Amino acid sequence: MARYILKRLAAMVVTLWVITTLTFILMHAIPGSPFNQERNTSEAVQQNLKAQYHLDKPMYVQYLYYLKSIVLFDFGPSIKQPSQTVNDMLGRGFPVSLELGMTALIVAIFSGILLGVFAALKHNGVIDYLAMTFAVLGISIPNFILATLLIQEFAVNLKILPAATWTSPSHMILPTAALAVSPMAIIARLTRSSMLEVLTQDYMKTARAKGLSPVKIVIKHALRNALMPVVTILGTLAASILTGSFVIEKIFAIPGMGKYFVESINNRDYPVIMGTTVFYSIFLIIMLFLVDIAYGILDPRIKLHKKEQ
Amino acid sequence: MQAANQEKIRTASEIPDEWFVPKKKDGHMQEAVVRPSISYWRDVWYRLSKNKLAMLGLAVLIFLIIMAIFGPMIAPQSVTKLSLTNQNLPPSKEHWFGTDQLGRDMFSRTWYGARISLFVGFMAAIIEFFIGIIYGGIAGYKGGRTDQIMMRIIEVLYGLPYLLVVILLMVVMGPGLGTIIVALTVTGWVGMARIVRGQVLQIKNYEFVMASRTFGTKTPRIIRKHLLPNTMGPIIVQMTLTVPSAIFSEAFLSFLGLGVQAPHASWGVMADDGLSAILTGQWWRLFFPAFFISLTMFAFNVLGDGLQDALDPKLRR
Amino acid sequence: MEKILEVEDLQVSFSTHGGTVQAVRGVSFQLNKGETLAIVGESGCGKSVTSQSIMQLLPASNVKRLSGSVRFKGTDILKYSEKQMRKIRGSEISMISQDPMTGLNPTLTIGNQLLEVVKEHQKLFHEEAVQMVVDILHTVGIPSPHERMKQYPHQFSGGMRQRIMIAMALICNPEIIIADEPTTALDVTIQAQIFELFKKIQRETGVSIILITHDLGVVAQVADRIAVMYAGKIVETGTREEIFYNAEHPYTRGLLNSVPRLDMEEGELIPIPGTPPDLFAPPPGCPFTARCPMAMEVCSRVEPFHSKKSASHSVYCWLQDERAKYAFLTMGGRL
Repeated sequence: MARYILKRLAAMVVTLWVITTLTFILMHAIPGSPFNQERNTSEAVQQNLKAQYHLDKPMYVQYLYYLKSIVLFDFGPSIKQPSQTVNDMLGRGFPVSLELGMTALIVAIFSGILLGVFAALKHNGVIDYLAMTFAVLGISIPNFILATLLIQEFAVNLKILPAATWTSPSHMILPTAALAVSPMAIIARLTRSSMLEVLTQDYMKTARAKGLSPVKIVIKHALRNALMPVVTILGTLAASILTGSFVIEKIFAIPGMGKYFVESINNRDYPVIMGTTVFYSIFLIIMLFLVDIAYGILDPRIKLHKKEQ
Repeated sequence: MQAANQEKIRTASEIPDEWFVPKKKDGHMQEAVVRPSISYWRDVWYRLSKNKLAMLGLAVLIFLIIMAIFGPMIAPQSVTKLSLTNQNLPPSKEHWFGTDQLGRDMFSRTWYGARISLFVGFMAAIIEFFIGIIYGGIAGYKGGRTDQIMMRIIEVLYGLPYLLVVILLMVVMGPGLGTIIVALTVTGWVGMARIVRGQVLQIKNYEFVMASRTFGTKTPRIIRKHLLPNTMGPIIVQMTLTVPSAIFSEAFLSFLGLGVQAPHASWGVMADDGLSAILTGQWWRLFFPAFFISLTMFAFNVLGDGLQDALDPKLRR
Repeated sequence: MEKILEVEDLQVSFSTHGGTVQAVRGVSFQLNKGETLAIVGESGCGKSVTSQSIMQLLPASNVKRLSGSVRFKGTDILKYSEKQMRKIRGSEISMISQDPMTGLNPTLTIGNQLLEVVKEHQKLFHEEAVQMVVDILHTVGIPSPHERMKQYPHQFSGGMRQRIMIAMALICNPEIIIADEPTTALDVTIQAQIFELFKKIQRETGVSIILITHDLGVVAQVADRIAVMYAGKIVETGTREEIFYNAEHPYTRGLLNSVPRLDMEEGELIPIPGTPPDLFAPPPGCPFTARCPMAMEVCSRVEPFHSKKSASHSVYCWLQDERAKYAFLTMGGRL
């Protein structure tokens, strides 16, 4: 188990390094970037940038300073709003995004699993058919498109839900729904197919032959095994919710990290772009790492890989 | 249990004596019926055609492609004709899908948009296919050290958050049709490469096994003809799923302002435009592009699912 | 001898894509207390379906027809509700299934899987239940039961896993154990050990065993009585001696002739030509007619009646009829 964790940790560090380096290269490759010392920003800003990013030093030195800033988690001030540092914006925006993302994830997981389990138990029945049709639609409609359609219907036509900002619980409904539908559909489909396969396994027959109650059989025997593939995709789902949140926050004018990120893209506010990209990447990669660990804990074959050797 | 044609006999005495003679054998009763074997692809097509949903998806796709090619030609209005008097008209006899804020006909715009969105989708899939085949083919064929190194690289690339990288690239390269395709394919090929490599390894195994047996008559070519259909399956499925993913990504970029630029308009761009208009009640400007994006993705997904089921050798009867 | 299980005219059909399959077509047999009854037959003859029907473990959605009676200690349990069956399964009648590699849940410790059987059927404190688990593991020959209880199935070998499955079947002291091809997936040497274990358990606890198998060699070692099945019907039942030395039914004889023995001379292996009949549309009469070297006209028209060669030896074959003696005179064959 320890070996497994170490391997995953090493992979995580490598990936992190790759993406931060990639970001660095790209930022310096952009024509017209302040890093390239072209004259499209004011003197004062240029001076600041020079000082902050050591632009007069050779590239590899800049790179080292860059790495240092990542480790220390200090990305400096925003170009467009010099009074704020990137860290300020992260501090304000991230909790909101986290709330939105986590809610969507939890909703998706619970409803997805429930839907998948029932569809599998009533295989080929009405529930199964409806659930799977819903699931295909869910993965087909992009979350931002769904968001627009939800706004159209609920906020504009029916006027029952608010379309913007993040000030009350009712404001959470539409954005969370838009973000959660796609992962929910994916989880439902995966749970269902995994469950169906598990239900045909021999150990399910053994469980029945032991005279156990059906509820117990499903929860204790079937679900444990069926949910393993679902755990493995949690990482990717978190990633898609995270990237989805960029656009969702923009559409719903939610003051989260995504909104700052999108604005910075449009404004070419490079420190912010860089800072948020690195931050997002770190967050994602850690999430993936945690999911891997969780899977290692749940699957006894990995947990005890070395123990009995 | 009474089988068919069982005579209604209760006691042994009811049975005529003359039945106690040896039975003449009919050879056919001894052998089970052998099913005629169908060619692999015909079997796949047969199974796919049974899947109504997948067939619907296929039909929708064919329709969309036809409309993308011919739509702008049959549209009663020109796509570029601006009209300041006809701004933001709801759907009508002259403008089947309404008009946008510059008075352009939405119907023909939709099919021009189709061209762009579908183009992005298919190009991305094709390019990723080629890169994937080359990379995965080499890795699988060479095996050993080369394979190990190449797979390590893939593992790292796989761990990168795809859309983040795409966004970064778009910021660097600037928005536009060409740059979008480049950005999408630069890390998108990884999935295909993995699959191709897996399939190549499979083929290698078969040849090895076959070669180590002594089958005088079977040549490797015949075996490849038989095995190749099996291995193409996952590759085809992967391609069917790459297209909607690319269309999704392009629409996503459009919503971030990183999509194709004017005058080109993909569905994503049109939807983004339309979004700003819904508060004014001009639903058609959002609805049509949004609907067609969803419809396209739905069709591809459903077709991809169907293909996956049809190609699954375990289900072959 | 006391009859502990009596199956009468069991009939089972399934609905499938291809139509209705008549898997079991009127099977009757009995199991006496403390004995081992082997049900023998080739794949697809319906022996597994029969055993699963006894415990009502068939996949409910596919079953089109399930009729007849299964009397366990006098009560027809085929009429039992699911709830009633659950009380019996695992505690009074247990089943050991075929593949020990897949029969255990890989994500639960074996101790857990054993405990749940006990706790489901008996009201015990945790410590008492654990002690029962330890005892039963000891009985089936798993060393260091206290430690190994906490281990997972993948940490055991195939033979050990089968012992664990046997332990699961035994732990509540059932009256009957149904063993469905318990050693097919195991090495021959392990096979012998497992059957030693069965015999030991039977000696010590007096449990009655139904053994389902297609392996006649196994049957010779272990069975007290044997029932031979073909295409959904029983064709012959008898004691071990009666079947091995005095088989009457051509199919039984065919089976015995096709089993290789060490003391055989070359060329003696005689396979039975042909394949079993289509169970979607079974032909009338005796199912073995098409492959039987001694088939008569009557065989393809009327199902053979039951004839008793002795109190324990039953045959379902028209050759038993008086008039059959004259049918093969010209062939000079022995009847």
